Amino acid sequence: MASISNKLYVQPFDHILSKLPYGKPFLFVDSLQSVTENGVEGQYTFPADSSFYAGHFSQMPVTPGVILTEVMAQIGVVCLGIFLLNDAPTDELEIALTATQIDFYKPVFPGETVTVRSTKDFFRFHKLKCRVEMLNDKDELVCRGTIAGMMKSKSHA
Amino acid sequence: MQTKDELITALKTIVKPYVQDEQAFEHVTEATDFIRDLKINSANLVDIALDVEEAYDIEIDNESMEKMLTVGTAIDIIQEKLAAK
Repeated sequence: MASISNKLYVQPFDHILSKLPYGKPFLFVDSLQSVTENGVEGQYTFPADSSFYAGHFSQMPVTPGVILTEVMAQIGVVCLGIFLLNDAPTDELEIALTATQIDFYKPVFPGETVTVRSTKDFFRFHKLKCRVEMLNDKDELVCRGTIAGMMKSKSHA
Repeated sequence: MQTKDELITALKTIVKPYVQDEQAFEHVTEATDFIRDLKINSANLVDIALDVEEAYDIEIDNESMEKMLTVGTAIDIIQEKLAAK
């Protein structure tokens, strides 16, 4: 019985979130809804007091495209990569963003929650390339594109 | 099977879109190092390996990939994988 209960998680993807090498104010993942070999879905809510809104733009706060890209990279590529590398300890994770190609369709305002969906294109020789899209809480397409990064754990190198 | 010169010409076509140093690319030899000489990053070196796999219908394993750092070793790997088909 004990061995069965050990496999049950209250928050099923906590083991991935706990390995993310980010912290405030640059952690852009709140939760993951699904993670498989082929893709991931997760969410992030932009706190209205996020520092970048003070200057982007001075008179009209809108979430910067680079931040939307970062949200997509953290959820869509890094969380998926951690899952695919499975047992790598956090401190031995080496990650680097290597390419992005994103088109933007809708603005995201302070306080909005976005959903990121990512589909693995390939993960070979430590390179993880994904097709990633972001939707707002009305299910409208915010941005979409491809993101690639190098991900490896030193123990696997 | 293609001769070594033909293989180098074909490989140059695959590598060209990823090259960041055009001058070095004009003087490619078997000793040319993808990263050091052509200034290709490690992520695009993976793209080159995948393009080579597709062009020659071969599979490059992890061990070969670790050796695939120069034009010469890439040619050796392509020839070795083609011979094993």
